[in-house]
Amino acid sequence: MDRTLADLAPQQSSRIREVTGTDGLSQRLCELGFTPGEMVGVVRSAPLGDPLQIRIRGFDVALRRSEARRVLVETV
Amino acid sequence: MLSPTETAAPRRSSHPPQGGNPRPWTVAVIGNPNTGKTTLFNVLTGLSQHTGNYPGVTVESALGEFAIDGQRVRAIDLPGSYSLAPRAPDEMVAVEVLLGWGADVAPPDAVLCVVDATHLDRNLYLLTQVFETGLPVVVALTMMDVARRQGIEIDLDLLRERLGVAVVPVHATRRVGIRELEQAVLEVMRGASARPRAVPFPSVFVESVARLREALPRDRDGELLPRYLVERLLIDGGGYVEQSLLQAFGPEVVRVAAATRAELATKLPPLPRVEVEARYRWIESVLQGATRRRPLAGESLTDRVDHVVTHKIWGSLLFLFAMATTFQAIFTWAVPFMDVIDGVMQTVGSVVGAALREGPLRSLVVDGVIGGVGGVVVFIPQIAILFALITILEDSGYMARAAFLMDRVMAGFGLSGRSFIPLLSSFACAVPGIMAARSIENPRDRIATILIAPLMSCSARLPVYVLFISAFVPAQTIGGLIGLQGLTLFSMYMIGIVVAPPVALLLKRTTLRGPAVPFLLELPPYKFPSWRVVFFRMYDRSWAFVRRAGTIILATTILVWALSYYPRSEAIRADYAAQRATAPSADVDALDAAEAGEQLRQSYLGRAGHFIEPLVEPLGWDWKIGMAVIASFPAREVVIAALGTIYNLGSGASEESVELRETMRAERRPDGSPVYTPAVAISIMVFFALCCQCAATLATMRRETGTWRYPVFAFAYMTSLAYVAAFAVYQIGSRLGGT
Repeated sequence: MDRTLADLAPQQSSRIREVTGTDGLSQRLCELGFTPGEMVGVVRSAPLGDPLQIRIRGFDVALRRSEARRVLVETV
Repeated sequence: MLSPTETAAPRRSSHPPQGGNPRPWTVAVIGNPNTGKTTLFNVLTGLSQHTGNYPGVTVESALGEFAIDGQRVRAIDLPGSYSLAPRAPDEMVAVEVLLGWGADVAPPDAVLCVVDATHLDRNLYLLTQVFETGLPVVVALTMMDVARRQGIEIDLDLLRERLGVAVVPVHATRRVGIRELEQAVLEVMRGASARPRAVPFPSVFVESVARLREALPRDRDGELLPRYLVERLLIDGGGYVEQSLLQAFGPEVVRVAAATRAELATKLPPLPRVEVEARYRWIESVLQGATRRRPLAGESLTDRVDHVVTHKIWGSLLFLFAMATTFQAIFTWAVPFMDVIDGVMQTVGSVVGAALREGPLRSLVVDGVIGGVGGVVVFIPQIAILFALITILEDSGYMARAAFLMDRVMAGFGLSGRSFIPLLSSFACAVPGIMAARSIENPRDRIATILIAPLMSCSARLPVYVLFISAFVPAQTIGGLIGLQGLTLFSMYMIGIVVAPPVALLLKRTTLRGPAVPFLLELPPYKFPSWRVVFFRMYDRSWAFVRRAGTIILATTILVWALSYYPRSEAIRADYAAQRATAPSADVDALDAAEAGEQLRQSYLGRAGHFIEPLVEPLGWDWKIGMAVIASFPAREVVIAALGTIYNLGSGASEESVELRETMRAERRPDGSPVYTPAVAISIMVFFALCCQCAATLATMRRETGTWRYPVFAFAYMTSLAYVAAFAVYQIGSRLGGT
């Protein structure tokens, strides 16, 4: 099983391996800088458990768990 | 195998004019969201700023004008976006404007790209795409002070050299760098040789773009299509550009593009990946050595604030507090202003009325025109306050957190956190709410949000609730704690909140069905809101409402006035003239009101009331109520003035009018039973809670969706819901002994 962004514990640092998928969201994530090798982490999840607050390249985005699964990561 | 792409010169309407030329030049302002772009735009254009349609563009943008050394410059503020690969109508606008595509309008003379110094890599991504339009570019570098505080050092000269364009650091609110920025813009518009560096794409890709460009139809001037447009067509299969070209040239375009894509698929990784990789690789080479980041100890202020704001308990409490404050402010702070407007309109009405002779003209001016204008202007305080608050919440960075907190809830009925803001706004007024839905990327989500927005109980319903609650709901408390009147009011607000989710779900499962919509939202650093931005938004939204909704509200008001004025009965007029001649002067006003009431009851509107009586009887209404409901088609609150006239009290009646309440309580059916029972009152309120009797809302929907289909649908489904709910409430209520 590949490790994804949705599996990370808060504050656990990891590196992006790949963004899977070819739809608009995957492309948007790539444009925002979710590129292979980049450091990425989960800051926290929203009070109701979803979405996640993700930190990449020094800024934060909100992303749902179901969508964070398309970001494959390796923990470092 | 990499080769630099050539920068294609775009079409121009004419040679760039020389200094002092009266023809204004145009500059397009573009940038990522949260870069301070809007603040900069405001500082540049000042009071000339307004929202409108850039020629040939259907979505509205902020427009403005300013002068640099006597040269007039027209500016358009393009919607904030991360990329020029359009995935929302907002983003397509940027492509259309920059390429002069889709309309007979030349591309702008220059592009001002606003770049956030604290996130250079991501911001430069958009810049590389802007470079490929071939337009002269100037970079405004914002947030330099924040960058310094974060320990980011930028070698500006090296950055300028590597980008090949002017890079001007600015601090808009302190007016730092504005003059230099204007000069840089002037220079590139005069044709200074700025040569933006191009991102090297794989040569097979560049060659394919060139071949595809040759193979595609020419534009109206017989020129090849803009190169950037062809690039997008190739990369974004099924995207907005493809759809736009499909509309312009037919399906052949899509086939040719697909063939080229298939051919490239054997030689390259998926094209979107190729694009992103090439751009970021180039960006890294530009920033290498040009920026340095000193590691900072400790957490940033934003992180510390976020601990509280997105905290499970404190965050949720703060959220409720913020929303309650917004809500309360719209209702209480706006009231004194609305009272003043009401007073002024009434004074104007009576002064003008006194100056005109009795007759159709006076009635048209006083009841139709002045009444209609008043009905428009009275919304301004609420719209202004709502947009001031929304802008403060947005500009400070809190609104994104609110969407973050609410997303899970909204996802439950098929929408996303982004829909929350438009829906919350709709509690004040559906008009700004529908306008706010523009920021929702997915068209299906956007339409669903627009269609349920009018279910939120807007402020125009409040006077209707106040009138009927104060007249027919006893001022008792349950268990000495909860007031019955307050509880009724609360229930009225809950109706929309309860009904909207299933409606949204139903829409998303039927006509608006489609793949799940992702939620991706930047959570920007907190900052102090810019008062300039707050002020402009407040002013601009109010004015936009007056202009847009104003004409339609006025027109429907005049139409309803005509239906209620004609035909005039000569017999009634003569009868009251005779009575007045003999009556004591103290009774004249009462006679006037009685005559107006009698005339109205036999007008076209009165006849319509009789006509629909069988239809509204199951709701517990008599023909007069039915008639008042028809009269309130332009705006729900009009029902009060209509009832005032119908019951011979004159049209000046308000929801606070004791006289109106007492008249309604005393109103009897032919069999002597009271017309208004609590069940009837609740039935009327429920009807108004759910119906879409608001010309302004329907007109705004038409404007925002570009078709009458959605307003017609909204009116139909909401009226049906309202009817069924009012029917159920009355039938159950009257059986429970509410009679």
